[in-house]
Amino acid sequence: MRILVVGGCTGGTIVANNLARRLSAEIRARKVRITMLSASDKHMYQPGLLYVAFGQMTPDALYRDQASLLEESINFHVDPAATFDLDNKRVTTQSGKVHEYDILVMATGSRIVPETIPGLAEGAESFYTEAGAVKLFKKLREIQEGTVAVVVGVPHKCPIAPVEFIFGLHDYFKARGIRDKIKIKYHYPIGRIHTIKEVAIWAKHEFDRMGIEYETLFNVGEVDVENQVVKSEEGTETKYDLLVAIPPHRGMEVIEQNSLGEGGWIPTDRFKLTMTGHDDVYVLGDTTNLPVSKTGSAAHFEAEVVAENIASIIKIGVPVREYDGKVYCFIETGHDSATYAMFNYQNPPDLKSPSKPMHWFKMAYNQMYWTSVRGLL
Amino acid sequence: MSDSKIVDARDTFCPGPLMELITHMKQCSVGDTLELLSTDEGSGADVPEWVNKVGHEILSNEKIDGVWHIKIRKAK
Repeated sequence: MRILVVGGCTGGTIVANNLARRLSAEIRARKVRITMLSASDKHMYQPGLLYVAFGQMTPDALYRDQASLLEESINFHVDPAATFDLDNKRVTTQSGKVHEYDILVMATGSRIVPETIPGLAEGAESFYTEAGAVKLFKKLREIQEGTVAVVVGVPHKCPIAPVEFIFGLHDYFKARGIRDKIKIKYHYPIGRIHTIKEVAIWAKHEFDRMGIEYETLFNVGEVDVENQVVKSEEGTETKYDLLVAIPPHRGMEVIEQNSLGEGGWIPTDRFKLTMTGHDDVYVLGDTTNLPVSKTGSAAHFEAEVVAENIASIIKIGVPVREYDGKVYCFIETGHDSATYAMFNYQNPPDLKSPSKPMHWFKMAYNQMYWTSVRGLL
Repeated sequence: MSDSKIVDARDTFCPGPLMELITHMKQCSVGDTLELLSTDEGSGADVPEWVNKVGHEILSNEKIDGVWHIKIRKAK
């Protein structure tokens, strides 16, 4: 049985390690072989970019060698997939090597595409890449007064990031003693300030308390870089001194190039996590087209279901679990407090009051993540 | 409208039905129609509010067996 995992970020790493443990006897007996293809020999803890943007972490703290995170029995190749032949169960890599499989796991993730909105790449800062987060921190250090506008592209990874960034901004400028000289204006695509109703109700109260302005039903249409104006598809505009964007995302180019899914998102069964029409192809994390948060947390819970089902299919011939839509998101509510949102397909989040211990837990999790992706937590 | 693309956003709290709709609207072409399925009680009002403000067109909006079926044509 040949299991091929395409993608070496959160979802791919957890599923591969989980499988390697569950199937250790079969691997030793040479009945099962697990192979991972990744675009990089490094693994980034992506949520850490938010801290880099505020000077609370440096980029080097976000990385580990991917090979060091994987069980030794996993055959790891830094050689990303280039073409998929699902009918013949073959994947060809960029180097030209062909990998045949019996079970394929797609965990290719997503990418930012600020260039799809005129002026956004040139006019807005972002913390969704290492270089972007460092540049943004330098901009935040320089600004002394004016309007910092935050806009949100659709779809985007980590739906809680926009409000976390606002709380971080408030605390950052407060700590610098210039909060009264900085106007923070938040813009959000739908008719409330966060897509989760419970978060929106709570955050609105916090925004009002902190003096943060907000505009809803604001989808970024274009950025007039020269005049420093961001315009919405809905016909409104905001003048800014510093523009920060949660950039719009798409699935990876290789998914679109192989016609596996519109927008780079692969059509996926929301319970089985198999690709529509292909029961031997599992999809998880950002790669799916599911109406589930594009977060490491979702990828983590999905990876556990996928690994358990693949292992049980190999051992007893049938899967044993369905994905229930579970997501758990920490919400940093400033530099020293946090809360969380946990929900699934059937149960909405029951938001708790922010607390310092939850922030400390998040700080601890930033390190525990490395245990998590090894499949130990 | 049988050729409408279905956006199944039932039983989702995040990113939620309207955010799902906006994602799919960005992926389709002017003149295309989408049918949003949502179990969010607010969708019957929230979705038309955005569609009308941005300038697309609501073709129909009805609740059947607890599910909102909202058909939209991309106009711009």
